[in-house]
Amino acid sequence: MAAARTQSPLWGQIALLIVIIAVCVFPFYWMVTTSLKTHVVALEAPPVWIFEPTLANYREALFEDGVLRTLINSLVIAICTTGLALVLGVPAAFALARFEFRGKKDLWFWFITNRMVSPIVLALPFFLIARNLGLLDKHVTLILIYLTFNLPIVIWIVTDQFRGIPYDLDEAARLEGASQFRIMRSICLPLAMPGVAVSAIFSFIFSWNELMFGLILTRTDAKTAPAMAVSFMEGYNLPYGKIMATSTLIVIPVLIFALLASKQLVRGLTMGAVK
Amino acid sequence: MRGKVSRRTIFAFIGPAVIGLAMVGIAPLLYALWTSLHFFNLTKLKKVKFIGFENYWTVLTDEVFWQAMGRTMFLLGTALPLQLALGLGIALVLHQPGLTLIKTLARLSLVLPMATTYAVVGLLGQVMFNQKFGVVNQLMGGANINWIGDPENAFVMIVFWDVWQWTPFVALVLLAGLTMVPGEIEEAARLETTSKWTVLRYVQLPFLIPGLVAVLILRTADTLKLFDMVFTLTRGGPGSSTEFISLMIQRVGFRGFDQGLASAQAIILLIITIILAQIYIRVFYKEVN
Repeated sequence: MAAARTQSPLWGQIALLIVIIAVCVFPFYWMVTTSLKTHVVALEAPPVWIFEPTLANYREALFEDGVLRTLINSLVIAICTTGLALVLGVPAAFALARFEFRGKKDLWFWFITNRMVSPIVLALPFFLIARNLGLLDKHVTLILIYLTFNLPIVIWIVTDQFRGIPYDLDEAARLEGASQFRIMRSICLPLAMPGVAVSAIFSFIFSWNELMFGLILTRTDAKTAPAMAVSFMEGYNLPYGKIMATSTLIVIPVLIFALLASKQLVRGLTMGAVK
Repeated sequence: MRGKVSRRTIFAFIGPAVIGLAMVGIAPLLYALWTSLHFFNLTKLKKVKFIGFENYWTVLTDEVFWQAMGRTMFLLGTALPLQLALGLGIALVLHQPGLTLIKTLARLSLVLPMATTYAVVGLLGQVMFNQKFGVVNQLMGGANINWIGDPENAFVMIVFWDVWQWTPFVALVLLAGLTMVPGEIEEAARLETTSKWTVLRYVQLPFLIPGLVAVLILRTADTLKLFDMVFTLTRGGPGSSTEFISLMIQRVGFRGFDQGLASAQAIILLIITIILAQIYIRVFYKEVN
């Protein structure tokens, strides 16, 4: 079947694909190699491609500048907010998939709108509220505010997953006398696990990547890793090696997660408009 | 029969999520609405007073606000066509049969830019586009271009990174569309004509439309949201050459301390976003009753 098609020459195609891969990957190559350069090597002009690698930037950034603590902060915040989004979102998704009630459409609209609202809209009032309540620089503040984008995405993906589970299963269980909660927990949830896992990965990636709220709502104790990386940018003699080492540490976990969820990435980013 | 449950059960399932999201998503908005109707400067908190719609009037007649809006739209107008053209090209290449291994590799590589922390993209920009020790000038044959310090070049640099990060998204969305075309129809069309353009225009395009609309709306929303990458890379400068709407609101609220005015700007941005979201829903979620 395929042989009948007219194709562009094979070599041209291969070359194109290699260019695509190179353009996508090169910035990461440059990030990692820069992170392995000493300060002197990193500031050579024009930049050098072959040099003796060192892990000094990682050691200094992690243990002397406190990047390790900000990474732990980011991890704690991302895990907690994801957990909370799942606890709140999964039952809501079940209700949206299985129950009929008034206002369902409006609820949907509201969830999707949250995906599109600029975080700066919420950052202004959140800053004032957090300041009045003494919640600046606290982990819990970020854990809660990240729900504004995590909860919609969890609800959306898991609702979709629940919808795909045949209703007959529920019916059978109900005839046996199982409560709705029991049906969700013991019958639907195990079958919906792939969707739950993907939504958890999304929620983790978005929270881990977030900068603006971290920048505005934390100072030292709850400072997140992206906010830390940005704070290296102040002053004139920029420590490029350390900045790239920190960037590498930030980016590696998200890239791994993104590759794990790569099949669902487009679906998740479009909230299901594209399958 | 289906879906008949008591109100209490419904509330038990969906209540916590609604209350949670209302607390973090609606309560702050109401507070912003309140702030936007007041003179509210962080450095003059004793002088907070109700001034009605004055802040809104200021915003609507403020050149700086509309310039930032225009700049944001200009960024969208520059980056999106590039993303669409490159994305379509990539999708068509990946859609051709054969070369499975390298195509899988390419698809995985495309995932990387999309997932990259925005702030890290900005930092990468700082390092790679540095005038003296940046690799970009080196790869351009030892050019001596001041990327970050020149208003026009800085804008070009932002476009570059936006295209780098989001072309893969467009490509994968369009590729998903291409795989929806039934094999027999595509085969039949290819027997009829040797023109790839004809096949694209009359056979494949109808399947690409939903993806294209999704890209259009989401890229618009994301450009209105754009903050992290630009903030790390240029802070909106030099001058105001890369000060897009979200950056401008942040500057007014947190560096100019005028929370009242910034809130009014934010509310106007929110209204624009809600209209956009309405359109998105109308187009994509018709089946939700």
